[in-house]
Amino acid sequence: MDLTVWNEKDKLFLRLSGEIDHHAVKDTRKEVDDLIAKNRPKTLIMDLSSIDFMDSSGLGFVLGRLRKMNDIKGNMLILNPAKRAEEMLKMAGADKLVKIMRSDDHSA
Amino acid sequence: MKKCQNYFKTILYASSVNESYSRIIVSAFASQLDPTVEEIADIKTAVSEAVTNCIVHAYKNETDEKKKKIYIEASYDTDGIFTVSVKDRGCGIPDIKKAMEPLFTTDAANERSGMGFSIMESFTDKLHVTSREGVGTKVTMSKRLKPKKQLFGGNN
Repeated sequence: MDLTVWNEKDKLFLRLSGEIDHHAVKDTRKEVDDLIAKNRPKTLIMDLSSIDFMDSSGLGFVLGRLRKMNDIKGNMLILNPAKRAEEMLKMAGADKLVKIMRSDDHSA
Repeated sequence: MKKCQNYFKTILYASSVNESYSRIIVSAFASQLDPTVEEIADIKTAVSEAVTNCIVHAYKNETDEKKKKIYIEASYDTDGIFTVSVKDRGCGIPDIKKAMEPLFTTDAANERSGMGFSIMESFTDKLHVTSREGVGTKVTMSKRLKPKKQLFGGNN
């Protein structure tokens, strides 16, 4: 899994791409939590548009970051989730806990 | 009469690098039945859950790395029923019914979502779990990949 990060004012953008499973999450989790602790963003935006594979470990990762954001009284958005990733989030009811946002498709 | 048409077995270490490897080999084998993209994604996800369970839970008390092995078997029959089993010789599950409840996890601290078995269940047609404490666990899942012609009949 690849992680791309950028900051904009009080927002932290994370773009995750590739496969998000237990193995991928192991290293990424600490990296992201360090970024949250350092930047203390008001909003964490997680772009899941380039996720090719996601299982329950990915789900745990997304919900874990939501919890981290709640801890610092921030909020979190999921941006353009890939079809399977969105199915997975809905299956676990995560779509009721975190806002899923779709932007206009500029890539086309 | 349905008959086993193809079969493979593999043994690999219960190491997290093998999560992606195991779902790729199983889905590559299943692709011989010409499944849809969705069906392949279902198989990949279900296998990933089963294998991750072996790595995260089954061998949590095992110190000898060489004993941490995952046994995967897959087959399909002439009716197009694809079956995959994932077995370990780890700690076993004391209460399978409880383990299979959605959101139940013994490892919330490590952000395990407790959705593994629910996902296996909803992405396959049949899920069967046998386990004995101190002996190991075997998860068997099957999925019909070729209902198309047989189900709708006719000669076309």
